[in-house]
Amino acid sequence: MLASLKISFGTSFLAAAINVVFGLLLAWVLERYDFWGKKLVDGLIDLPFALPTAVAGISLTTLYSQNGWIGRLFAPFGIKISYTPLGIVVALVFIGFPFVVRTVQPVLESFDVEVEEAAACLGATRFQTFCRVILPELFPALITGFALAFSRALGEYGSVVFISGNMPMKTEITPLLIRTKLEQYDYAGGTAVAAVMLVISFILLLMINAFQWWAGRHRSR
Amino acid sequence: MAGIVPVRIKTANKVEYAKKRAVKDSKIVQVVLTTIAILFFIIMLIVPLVSVFVKAFEQGANLYFASITDPIALKAIKLTLITIAITVPINTIFGLAAAWAIAKFKFKGKNILITIIDLPFSISPVVAGLIFVLLFSTSHGLLGPLLNALGIKIIFAPPGIVIATLFVTLPFVARELIPLMEAQGTAEEEAALTLGASGWKTFWYITLPNIKWALLYGVMLTTARAAGEFGAVSVVSGHIRGLTNTVPLHVEILYNEYKFSAAFAVASLLTLIALINLIVKNVAHWKIQQQSKI
Repeated sequence: MLASLKISFGTSFLAAAINVVFGLLLAWVLERYDFWGKKLVDGLIDLPFALPTAVAGISLTTLYSQNGWIGRLFAPFGIKISYTPLGIVVALVFIGFPFVVRTVQPVLESFDVEVEEAAACLGATRFQTFCRVILPELFPALITGFALAFSRALGEYGSVVFISGNMPMKTEITPLLIRTKLEQYDYAGGTAVAAVMLVISFILLLMINAFQWWAGRHRSR
Repeated sequence: MAGIVPVRIKTANKVEYAKKRAVKDSKIVQVVLTTIAILFFIIMLIVPLVSVFVKAFEQGANLYFASITDPIALKAIKLTLITIAITVPINTIFGLAAAWAIAKFKFKGKNILITIIDLPFSISPVVAGLIFVLLFSTSHGLLGPLLNALGIKIIFAPPGIVIATLFVTLPFVARELIPLMEAQGTAEEEAALTLGASGWKTFWYITLPNIKWALLYGVMLTTARAAGEFGAVSVVSGHIRGLTNTVPLHVEILYNEYKFSAAFAVASLLTLIALINLIVKNVAHWKIQQQSKI
C-alpha cells in the first residue's frame, strides 16, 4: 500500500507542478498575445475536462506506447512512457491541464496595467516586472490551480488505469488498489486504504489552504 | 445592470496593452513563448484527440460501424443513455433549487449545504463508488439486510450505476449557478415581488432568464460527466456484460481484449459528445458575456 501511495502522491505532485508551469504559460499567451487560432485554443483548453477519462486513458496509452505516434520517438533512447510512472505523469498532466489555465486566466485578465507601467517607469525590465510584480499577484491563483490539479490527479482513476499497466509496487495507483481489494471482496482492506488516502489528502489540502492564507495575509486589497 | 457577473469579461485592457509599449514584451519573447505554449497544447491535447478518430477508423469504416452497432455495445449505450436521462434532470432540479436557496436566502445550515455540494468534487470517484458499495452491498453493506429483505439489488446492477452517477454529477449545476446568482443579487426579484408577481412567476420570468446560459452550461457539464464517468461506476457495476456496462466500461473491456479499433470506435462516440459539449459551452460563455454587457 505504501508503494501505491508513493506513486499516487508522487506522480500527482509532479503532474500538478508541470501543469502550473505550462498552465501559467498558456494563460499568459492567451491573455496577452494575439495569434491565429487563439479562439480555437481557448475553446479546446477544457477538452480534458469534457472528455471521459476512459477515452483519455486509451488514447494516451496507445499514443505513448512503444510503437505509438509519440512513444516511438522516444523508443530509440530507451525511454518507455506507457506502463511506467512517467506515463502516469503524462496522463495526470493531461487531465489536470485546464485547472491552472482557467484559474489564472481571470486574474490575468483583470490585471491593472498601471502597476506594470509603474514598474517600467521605475526602470524594471520586462522579466523583472514579471517576477516581482505580476507573479506575486498570480500566486494565490497558481496555488489554487495547483491544489485543484493535485487533488484531481490524486483521485484520478480512469485515464491512469490504462496507461500505468498496474504493476503492483511499481505503477499501481492507490485508487486502483482500492478497486482491486473490492473485487476480491476484501471490503475492510479497501476501506482502510481509502481511509488512509482520504486522511492524507485532507491534511494536504489543509496545508495548501493554510499556505494560501499565509500568502494572502500580506495583501491588503 | 444586474450586478457584476463574475465571468471573464474582456475589458479595455487589451487595447491599452497594445498601445503602451512599456508593457509590451519584445517580439522575440512573444514568439518563443507562444510557440512553446502552442506546441505543448498540440502535443498534449490535439494529438490525443485526433488519434482517437484515426485509430477508430484504422481498420476500415466497416469495422467502425460494426463496433458501434454490436448488440453489447448497444446495450451499453442504452444504459448510459438511461443513466443520463435519470441523473441530469434530477441534478438540474436539485442544482437550481440549491443555488436559488443559497444565493437568495439566509438560513441555518447553508454552509453545510455548500460543503455537501462540493463533496463529490473533492473525493476520488473510486472512493465514492466504495461508499455506495459499503452502503448498499447485499453481502457486506450497512443497508444490506434491508435490501435483501426487499429483494432489491443495487450494487452490481443498473440502479447502483444510476445512484453512483447521480452522486458524482451532483455539484455541476449548483456550482455553475451559485456564483452567478449570488452576484446577480435579489434586487430584481424583490422588485418583481413588490409589483405583485407570485413566487412562481418571479422565478419563471425573472430568475430563470438571467441564469439560462449558466444553467445550460451546467446541464452540459452534468451530461458529459454522466456519460463519461468511469471510476465510481467501475466499482459499483461489477462489469456484467450486457447488463451493467456503460459505454466507458465497454470501452475498457474492448481495450483489455486487445480489440483496439473497436474500443476506439466506441470511444469516438464519447469524444463526439465531448466536442459537442465544448462547442455548446463556448457558445454559452459567449452569450453570458454578451448578457453582462447590458
